[in-house]
Amino acid sequence: MHETKLQNLSEQQKVKFYQKGTFTVGNRLVDAETRSVQASDARSNAITSGHRACQGCGEALGARYALDAAMRAARNQLIAVNATGCLEVFSTPYPETSWQLPWMHSLFGNAPAVATGVAAAMRVKGRKDVRVVAQGGDGGTTDIGFGCLSGMFERNDDVLYVCYDNEAYMNTGVQRSSATPPAARTATTPAVGDKPGNVFGTGKNVPLIALAHNIPYVATASVANLHDLERKVTKAMEMEGSRYIHIFVPCPLGWGSAAEATIHVARLASESGLFPLWEAEHGEIIATLPIRRKVQVEAYLKTQRRFAHLFKPERDEVRIAALQRMADHNIKRFNLVREEKETAI
Amino acid sequence: MLKQIEGSRGVAEAVALCRPEVICAYPISPQTHIVEACGELVKSGELENCEYINVESEFAALSVAIGASAAGARSYTATASQGLLFMAEAVYNAAGLGLPIVMTIGNRAIGAPINIWNDHSDAMSMRDAGWIQLYAETNQEAADLHIQAFRLAERLSCPVMVCMDGFILTHAYEGIDIPDQAEVDAFLPPFVPQQVLDPADPYSIGAMVGPEAFTEVRYLAHDKQIQALEVIPEIQSAFEEQFGRDSGGLFHTHHCDGAATIVVTMGSLAGTLKDAVDELAEEGPRVGVLTLSCYRPFPKAELREALKKAKRIIVVEKCLATGFGGIVSTDLRMALQGMELIVKTVVAGLGGRPVTRPALKSMLRRALKGELADLHFLDLNRGMVDRELANQRKGIATGPTAENLLKDVAIHGTGA
Ligand SMILES: Cc1ncc(C[n+]2csc(CCOP(=O)(O)OP(=O)(O)O)c2C)c(N)n1
Ligand code: SF4
Ligand SMILES: [Mg+2]
Repeated sequence: MHETKLQNLSEQQKVKFYQKGTFTVGNRLVDAETRSVQASDARSNAITSGHRACQGCGEALGARYALDAAMRAARNQLIAVNATGCLEVFSTPYPETSWQLPWMHSLFGNAPAVATGVAAAMRVKGRKDVRVVAQGGDGGTTDIGFGCLSGMFERNDDVLYVCYDNEAYMNTGVQRSSATPPAARTATTPAVGDKPGNVFGTGKNVPLIALAHNIPYVATASVANLHDLERKVTKAMEMEGSRYIHIFVPCPLGWGSAAEATIHVARLASESGLFPLWEAEHGEIIATLPIRRKVQVEAYLKTQRRFAHLFKPERDEVRIAALQRMADHNIKRFNLVREEKETAI
Repeated sequence: MLKQIEGSRGVAEAVALCRPEVICAYPISPQTHIVEACGELVKSGELENCEYINVESEFAALSVAIGASAAGARSYTATASQGLLFMAEAVYNAAGLGLPIVMTIGNRAIGAPINIWNDHSDAMSMRDAGWIQLYAETNQEAADLHIQAFRLAERLSCPVMVCMDGFILTHAYEGIDIPDQAEVDAFLPPFVPQQVLDPADPYSIGAMVGPEAFTEVRYLAHDKQIQALEVIPEIQSAFEEQFGRDSGGLFHTHHCDGAATIVVTMGSLAGTLKDAVDELAEEGPRVGVLTLSCYRPFPKAELREALKKAKRIIVVEKCLATGFGGIVSTDLRMALQGMELIVKTVVAGLGGRPVTRPALKSMLRRALKGELADLHFLDLNRGMVDRELANQRKGIATGPTAENLLKDVAIHGTGA
């Protein structure tokens, strides 16, 4: 049984067949131009069904949207390089493979460099039409592949790198990475002792570090906003040089969240300010996505058992407040709460 | 055309003649001059249609080559020592994926203590990684082996390391015959990959393989190396036909016919050894020299045949399996199992220690008298070692060994 009761999801996520009054813009209500790639019959299904991700896996969802959008933008002339991790493992239990595009896995920490090599090969062969995307989890990106990633950025190699951030090493059984948030319980930051869960370090914000490389495009995105995600991928694909998209992808297994709550959890992460959504070109932030209905971090934390020790046996006011300060800092830094009229629907 | 150039330059020019499409560069002595020269050839336009990529580590260097090769580009890089260890994971990966990358190793010791000079420890650390390992005796052979290496790698879809002794070869200026582009083009056909990342025919490369097929994958990698034992001599003959030079192959022999004692070695040491045995021939029975050009695959049957009449084998090797002894000699003992001969291990030239003719000759004299230990360290400074051992017997906190030895050198010199 869950230590903390998850918020009553069925109550919150009542299916509304008529979507007015929700934040979900159904495709029926938007014009053909702005409809999602997923809504199109012509989508490539770059990562097709039948893979072995857990139910509600945010990474599988994010990868599907990101790659289909990238495939459309590249007119299906796309090659993918994958770091070791859940996405790689659940998609290729050979002889089955989910990949409908040329796909390569080499190692855990070298996906950016392998992608550089593929891009170099395409350039030398005069295949300007073939584009390259590299992808990895937060561990593969912010920790072990960080050197290769920075090298790829610095050289401005023509690769779109997508990081699926589920905030821990999931494939090996939920260990802490440098993207794991403070206080979160993982297998290597257990919820024991007088400071249960992950330390409050200084954090490692790889999107901002990417930005500091002045590469053509950097964006954060979330599976809570798939239209925005597709738009950012499409935009990135229209550019040349190094591009980086960091996608927030809840992991029900690692986070102890309900499988059906993935989108909800991701939305709370952004609506609380903990995971700000922004995009930048050539080292300048050009847009941030405003919070529409601000929530306290507590609402987000309570959806996940990895934070249960913050509320039981008693509330850890100090550390909840510290997390709230992080969210508030983001809200200020990225100007996430705008005028009333802007945030209303 | 015969040119008086540095070994590194010769290798770079030979590599350029092979029309590599992607070259990844990262500096480490004694290999650096090779990638520098490659860069110059690309930048000046002499080597066209080649992406020269300055990477941030050796791990990236080989990873870029992996991506490029999987996408169908002829790929090359070079490294040594710490650099080879830094890319170790990618070394195994490239072989496991069957990517025909060619990489030069400017052989150098591995630290600590940090040491930039030559021995074979670096390449030896990767001997089981699945790469073919070729060793050059001279700079001419180093240049020639690269031209052969691309053909070999692409024929078998297997990566090839061309090993050349750091400084001794990489930095030596001597005459090297650099062939014409047309000749190399005639010898080396364009790269047709066994597998390629192509949107027109998408497939997945690098999937997980479990117990159901892993042994078979490895068996086939082994089998590929066994096939190389036939392909290498074929390429050696084709090369000789095209260029009129006998380079490469499995091994070279020097007066081995009828010799009861044969010295086996690899790399540039062969030159000194041949001089030493030639000089010794004036004193007594002929000693032969067999120089291995191909260490992986290890030409077991061919060596048994070549050494079948010998009674005593002395392997002079520039590497050490710490806690055990020789590496090449161990392989050779396995290969010669059941034959009536003795195999001695002589560890020489570690970290750039000069291997001199007098030292080799006195070692060989002892060997001929049957006085050589099974494991012999050529030119070991026994006094230095004994003083430090005595120091260490005093207790635990006796200080860092390497620095203690350097102090000892300052006090006693290198002679005592
Ligand atoms: C060099 C190396 N170290 C460790 C591992 C083990 N390993 C494989 S996947 C993985 C975790 C991946 O985490 P992340 O990149 O966050 O991806 P996720 O599985 O969470 O999607 C680890 C630690 C490895 N394969 N290679
Ligand atoms: S462990 Fe998490 S990231 Fe991995 S497949 Fe399951 S839900 Fe997805
Ligand atoms: Mg992860």
